[in-house]
Amino acid sequence: MAGEPLEVSDASFEEDILKSDIPALVDFWAAWCGPCRAVAPVVEELARDYAGKVKVAKMNVDENAKTPAKYGIRAIPTLIIFKGGQVVEQITGAVSKGVIEAALKKAL
Amino acid sequence: MTSWDYDVIIIGGGPAGLTAGIYTGRARLKALLVEKLIHGGQMMTTDLVENYPGFPEGISGPELSDRMRRQAERFGLEIITGEVQEIRPGDPVHTVVLADRELTAPALIIATGASYKHLGVPGEAELVGRGVSFCATCDGALYRDQEIALVGGGDTALTETLFLSRFARKIHLIHRRDQFRGAKYLQEQVLALDKVQVHWDSVVEAFEGQDALEAVRLKNVKTGQVTRLPVSGCFVAIGITPNTAFLKDLLPMDEWGFLFTDADMATTIPGIFAAGDVRSKNLWQIATAVGDGAIAAHAVENYLNRLRKE
Repeated sequence: MAGEPLEVSDASFEEDILKSDIPALVDFWAAWCGPCRAVAPVVEELARDYAGKVKVAKMNVDENAKTPAKYGIRAIPTLIIFKGGQVVEQITGAVSKGVIEAALKKAL
Repeated sequence: MTSWDYDVIIIGGGPAGLTAGIYTGRARLKALLVEKLIHGGQMMTTDLVENYPGFPEGISGPELSDRMRRQAERFGLEIITGEVQEIRPGDPVHTVVLADRELTAPALIIATGASYKHLGVPGEAELVGRGVSFCATCDGALYRDQEIALVGGGDTALTETLFLSRFARKIHLIHRRDQFRGAKYLQEQVLALDKVQVHWDSVVEAFEGQDALEAVRLKNVKTGQVTRLPVSGCFVAIGITPNTAFLKDLLPMDEWGFLFTDADMATTIPGIFAAGDVRSKNLWQIATAVGDGAIAAHAVENYLNRLRKE
C-alpha cells in the first residue's frame, strides 16, 4: 500500500481510517470536480512522502454518501486528517501542498 | 546590455494564458506561465462546454483545459505554480513578484481571469462550504435527492442547473428579472425540467442556518413579498469579478475592475498586455479568451522585435 493513496468506501472506512494505528488523511473527491483534479496529484505526492507515517486515502463522494454526510461535507475537495478515529484537521477547497503539509505536521 | 529571465511571462493559466503560451512557444520566445493553483481557470469547474467550436458533442471543462495545457507544453511553454503578489513595471524590463522569488521579463501578459461573484448578503460568508457553494460541478454530488436552490439566470447558472438536476430532487431557480439572460438553447432545456421551479423577479435577502444552511430568504422585487425556502444547498452563479486586486492602481480599469486594453491587448504600460476574462469587454467566453490570448502573444512578438531594434 505504501506510496499510493488507498481507495476507501463507506464499508471500509471504519476499518481503514477510524481504526488506523497511524494518522490518516482522506481526500473526498468526485470525478467531475475540477479542483479535485488539482488536489489529486498533491495527495499522491503526500502518499509517497509520508508512506508509513500517514495513511493517505481517497473517497469518491459520488459512490459513497454515508461517510461524507456523517462528517458534514458540503463541498469538495475536502481533506480530513483523522487521528485515533477523531477529526483533527479539515481543509475545504483546492489548496497548495504547503497548506496540507502544515496541517499534517500539526497532526503528527 | 540588459538581461532578463524570460522574454514573456504569462500570468494565469486559463484559456487566454494557455493560448498565449501556444503562440509564444511557436514564436520561439522564452515563455513562462505562472498559475496560482490549477491550470484551466473557470474551465476547471465547468461540467460540459458546448459552445467551443470543434467539439460537436461538447467537451468537459477539465478535459479541454488539459488539452490546451498539453498543446502549450508541446511548444515549449514552462508552467510553474505561484501567486503573483505584485508587478513592478520597468523600462524595458518588468518584475513579477512571487512569494518566494522575483522574475523579470520585458513583456507580460496578464490573464488572471475572473472569479465567481458573491451576493454579499447576510449569512453568505459564514455558510460558504456549509451549503452555500460557487461550484456546482464540485459540490453537486453531495446534494443527491435533496431540495436545493440556485441563484442566477445567465449561461453559467442554466448550465449548472442542468448539471444539478442529475442529483437534486428539486431545484429552486432564483432570478432577479422576469426572463433569463442565458442562451435560449439552455433556457429551453431548463424550463422543460419538472424538478426545476423558477422564482422570477426574486432576490436572496439572507442565508439562514447555524452550522449548515437551512433556508434561503427570498424577496420578490415586484411585490415585496418575502418567502423562506427551506433548502440544504444554494449555488450562486451570478457572474464574475476580475482578479485584478494584486495590480492595485497600476493599470486603468473599468468601474468593476476589468482592465482596459486596445485592440492589440496592450495596456497603458509598454510591454504589459492583458487577455481573457480579466479584460473590460462585452463577452466573456472560452472562445473570446482564446482569441485574446492569440492576439496578445502576437502583439508581444511584435513588441519584442521593436525593442530589439532599438
